[in-house]
Amino acid sequence: MSLEEQQSDDPAELESGVSRGDELADLLGDLVVGREEHLNAPGLVIRPDEVQDALFKLRDEAGFDHLSCVTAQEYEDRYESIYHLTKFDDRTDEVSVVVPTSKDNPVSQSAEPVFRTADWHEREAYDLVGIQYEDHPDLRRILLPDTWQGHPLGLDYDQDRPQIATLREHANPLEEDHRAGDSNTMYINIGPHHPATHGVLHVETVVDGEQVVDLDSDIGYLHRCEEQMCQQGTYRHQIMPYPDRWDYISAGLLNEWAYARTAEDLADIEVPEYAQIIRTMGAELCRIASHMIALGTFALDVYGDFTAIFMYAMRDREIVQNILEDLTGQRMMFNYFRLGGVVWDLPEPREEFFEKIRDFIDELPQALEEYHDMITSNEILQARTVGTGVLPPEVAKSYGATGPVARGSGIDYDLRRDDSYGYYDELDWDVVVEDGCDNFSRLLVRMREVEESAKIIQQCVDLLEDWPEDERNIQANVPRTLKPEEDTEIYRAVEGAKGELGIYIRADGTDKPARFKIRSPCFSNLQTLPEMSEGEYIPDMIASLGSLDIVLGEVDR
Amino acid sequence: MSSEQKPFVTDDTQVQTETRDARMAGADDRFNSKLREAFGSSPFILTKFDKFMNWVRGSSMFMLQFGIACCSIEMMHTYGIKHDLDRFAAGVPRASPRQADVIIVPGTIVSKFAPRMKRVYDQMPEPKFVVGMGSCTISGGPFQEGYNVIKGAEEVIPVDIHIPGCPPRPEALIYGIAKLQERIANGESSPVTVKPYELEQFGDLERDEIVDKLAAEIDEEDLVMRYNWADSP
Repeated sequence: MSLEEQQSDDPAELESGVSRGDELADLLGDLVVGREEHLNAPGLVIRPDEVQDALFKLRDEAGFDHLSCVTAQEYEDRYESIYHLTKFDDRTDEVSVVVPTSKDNPVSQSAEPVFRTADWHEREAYDLVGIQYEDHPDLRRILLPDTWQGHPLGLDYDQDRPQIATLREHANPLEEDHRAGDSNTMYINIGPHHPATHGVLHVETVVDGEQVVDLDSDIGYLHRCEEQMCQQGTYRHQIMPYPDRWDYISAGLLNEWAYARTAEDLADIEVPEYAQIIRTMGAELCRIASHMIALGTFALDVYGDFTAIFMYAMRDREIVQNILEDLTGQRMMFNYFRLGGVVWDLPEPREEFFEKIRDFIDELPQALEEYHDMITSNEILQARTVGTGVLPPEVAKSYGATGPVARGSGIDYDLRRDDSYGYYDELDWDVVVEDGCDNFSRLLVRMREVEESAKIIQQCVDLLEDWPEDERNIQANVPRTLKPEEDTEIYRAVEGAKGELGIYIRADGTDKPARFKIRSPCFSNLQTLPEMSEGEYIPDMIASLGSLDIVLGEVDR
Repeated sequence: MSSEQKPFVTDDTQVQTETRDARMAGADDRFNSKLREAFGSSPFILTKFDKFMNWVRGSSMFMLQFGIACCSIEMMHTYGIKHDLDRFAAGVPRASPRQADVIIVPGTIVSKFAPRMKRVYDQMPEPKFVVGMGSCTISGGPFQEGYNVIKGAEEVIPVDIHIPGCPPRPEALIYGIAKLQERIANGESSPVTVKPYELEQFGDLERDEIVDKLAAEIDEEDLVMRYNWADSP
């Protein structure tokens, strides 16, 4: 959806002739020193020392309660931080707050007092681009090791220069006794190699007996330069393989959609309806696969067994992966979407393919029944999850939590419905919300979302089956080389398996993006972990971490 | 108990006779395996102890439960239902490196993680084996150009078997592990190509006695780890 469409959707705006940007500029008054137009939202330029004033006003008076993303970038003549604001109640109402800072003194006011999610986002901006934030509570590197020299996404950084990691920096923190004075606290490292951290997360915890006193997630053990990779690739083909590897738990098509949607809006490409239905079906299959592993590993964390539930979840995942392999030719890294459509049509014979999906959908209720028997109605699991890891909705909003984590806290927010794309608005399905705010609700949301996904797939299969043979158009007409105009900027998000997966692209007139920023849902969701765990028992912390369902490839990118 | 009724007694002799007949006639050749043929009538095995130990090592491998990135999902599938690595005597994931003897390196290694992986590897008891899973552990794979990415697991620890793919299918992983078992059973060991730590002060200087003497004076805390040997200055 382009900006023009957004404006024409709103009849009040057409009548008055005042755009949303003007309204907000009026609200902020003198704070606004300039205006920009991004493809998704109006941009308001703010002085670097008035960031908090502007954001407080936008949050409290205009209702922008969701800081979706912070993008930092370096131009030839300045640094720039962009705060992408939107609302949990109305996702299509967006505004970008643009904060330029000078080249020789890149200091800007921190947004952390307004939105707590800005804490990590600004640390990342400092780490990768090199902008300093005043008032920030804890401005240090987040993704790269502390010994790193330079800021790798800055313009003058030589990305081929090898860096060295000294052993001293990686000395074993457990060697010394960390008991401080008379206190009874103890320092424990959980990870980066630990079975319950879902990858290479490192959680530095201070425990008092069995209770967590202080908790700090140390990330960056899988920071494999996804943004750099995407900035080196051409729009048309070279970027698409990478989204598969952000959230690698078979959520490939959902991630590809994030890039496809952003780039299609940037280059103004219309996707054929038939391709949209295939995309919707494939994406929901991926969501089922992803939620299955969330379920299996959550049970693994809580029960600590490698047996029944994990294996059952794997069984169902294998079926989904077989279907997806038939569709895309790969089990995990699909690379199936193309800008303007998908790479090929459904596999022949189509009847057999539909039959396969139908069989899976038909057996799913029984399988879910089994999970409910084993998991949700199990007393042990309930004792471990009900009422633990509580995340109140206001806190979740302040941290920018999205996806099943937000919906488990009673926030009715789903981009498939609120900022509809693909074929979702034509189909009959519901957004699942649970208001328990605890680990159990987040688990329930995922299990019920699997049912909703199955409903969507069912309808897509029906539609695809009856689609006339000569109208099966899988690909729009897209120029061989895409060169969006210079200085067009866009931020678009889709509902990934873990939440709002957004991408910011700035074009510079070449066939490669000048800045490619990924807003990862897990990155924001993981920030809520201290809120849920401090003061709780350490096993509850493990359960909370499991219920967040993070994937480190997406946290670190 | 009425005297007319006979107590129920199984006819043992009958069963034994039938079994013997079946074996002698060849109808039941369960016990006439190749192993039995090889042994002949003797119940003893004569072998070298080394050979026996190699066979044992290959037939009972304890894997380290070690996930890094995308490949670890396929690794979980390999452990899981359908593929079930346990069938090949290699399916018990151990959470502690001190209980494991095979480490599968499943994913991209970045500068922050490499020293930690080295530490985990060091904690494993000898003899230990490494399976490099996926393109990232060969060369950095699709992320090779990344500023933060280590160009292959072999920059940090020695690798016995490389399995290409992005990610490799579970079948490929099973094949790789079967190959590793074969190598272990044959007593082959891979050449150690590890170049873990280097004295930064000396670089590529020839190690004559002066350098050795100076090296002895160096504080070990100043050791550094490189992760891109091809491009290092």
